[in-house]
Amino acid sequence: MWFGAIDRMKVILDAKQIEAALSDLTDSIAQQVSANVDIAVIGIRSRGEILAKRLSQRLSDKLGKTVPYGTLDITLYRDDLNDPQSDAQPTVRSTELPFDINEKIIILVDDVLYTGRSTRAAMDALVDFGRPKAIRLAVLVDRGRRELPIQADYIGCKVDIGPGQSVEVNLVDTDDKDQVIVK
Amino acid sequence: MAKKRDKKFRWQRKHLLGLRELDREEIEFILDTAKGFEQIGARSIKKAPPLRGKVVANMFFEDSTRTRNSFALAAGRLSADVIEFTKKSSSVSKGETLLDTARNLEAMGVDIVVVRHGAGGAPKFLSRNINACVVNAGDGFNEHPTQALLDVYTIRQMRGSLDGLKIGIVGDIAHSRVAGSGIWAMTKLGAEVTLIGPPTLMPAQAHRLPVKISYNLDDVIEQLDVINMLRIQFERMGKNPFPSVREYSHFFGLTVERMKSAKPDIIVMHPGPINRGLELESEVADGPNSVILQQVANGLPVRMAVLFLVNQAAVLEH
Repeated sequence: MWFGAIDRMKVILDAKQIEAALSDLTDSIAQQVSANVDIAVIGIRSRGEILAKRLSQRLSDKLGKTVPYGTLDITLYRDDLNDPQSDAQPTVRSTELPFDINEKIIILVDDVLYTGRSTRAAMDALVDFGRPKAIRLAVLVDRGRRELPIQADYIGCKVDIGPGQSVEVNLVDTDDKDQVIVK
Repeated sequence: MAKKRDKKFRWQRKHLLGLRELDREEIEFILDTAKGFEQIGARSIKKAPPLRGKVVANMFFEDSTRTRNSFALAAGRLSADVIEFTKKSSSVSKGETLLDTARNLEAMGVDIVVVRHGAGGAPKFLSRNINACVVNAGDGFNEHPTQALLDVYTIRQMRGSLDGLKIGIVGDIAHSRVAGSGIWAMTKLGAEVTLIGPPTLMPAQAHRLPVKISYNLDDVIEQLDVINMLRIQFERMGKNPFPSVREYSHFFGLTVERMKSAKPDIIVMHPGPINRGLELESEVADGPNSVILQQVANGLPVRMAVLFLVNQAAVLEH
């Protein structure tokens, strides 16, 4: 899906469209995985965690085998930890990877891909746990404007959003309803 | 375990001097942060980068095994460089003052000073006179905040929360900085604390603390959910505070016999090092109710959290 430039607050994906996007993501991931390779889904806290859980269920159904999922907290790997300008209090939360990542294809999941800095941090965190066969990136929304040479392998929807605006992914599990809005 | 925290909450202390001055929210924030550090010790590369390029000085003017090594390892796991400094092998033995020593370390670019000192208030004094972050690793009879934090972290791990728990701290309260910090951490987190020991080992102003006091362990042991056995600190005592070691052990030692009157799931703690057979019988120290080694293990994530947070506060100050 391509939405072009958006300039004011707007719902860009409703619950149905998120459902469809996840279904597309599942299909494209499943197509590229051969039967004899183990895959696992790992979500970046916090929205990526919920998406990873949903993707792992869909993939398990589709592939007819259990696809495990885990959660990655990237706070300790952020590149703005020692930057006095950053305004947020970083809260360290736990990483839960209840499986060995060695020799697996890891589908790294985030809600929004923007500068690419979270992805960089997540990859650094992951390799401290072992050496996966490959890491692939799946995102629900790609809002463009990268600051690092990082691209997603699987994209739910693409939309060009300027730095003054923010993309908010709401999911039933934490925010009462599924929707993606731009403010 | 982690509750929803006010979004506006922000950790702002670049020094950890004691727990008396912290509020419940701050203590819980340290414990929740420590939870996030727990898994680092369980993975293939036991290191994370948040203190990369920072220097931590371990300044120990008193002996220590657990605390010093635990801080050194915690700093290393956060990728900091560590300078080890002990009284015996340094110029302090040539008469250099605490402040001069610290200023010299600071001139080498030390970012965080972890200090243990025989004089209560030494860490506070340092914090007022140098720019680096200061973490108290035990000062005189005053406080030992990271020990108390790992104690409450361990209790929370076992029971989920301290709210309503009855905790007994037994023994040499007057000379104990572990009790000095523990009382604040435990009561602020909602536990009811009873200090238990002979009158000669009670602090002079014990009645002004938010605790109950008992001079008879057998009177209260059956009510306790947690019992924290303190070490008899012979090195700090003046004249005999009790007639004999055997008598102390008879009235205040935790023995297999005495454990029979305790709740079956009582948590037995000790900050170490243990005087085996004195305050704690070996069978109890190594028994199923003991969490003594779990306390030591929990020291790591708790100290990582403290080092991480004081450094974050220092970064934001600029």
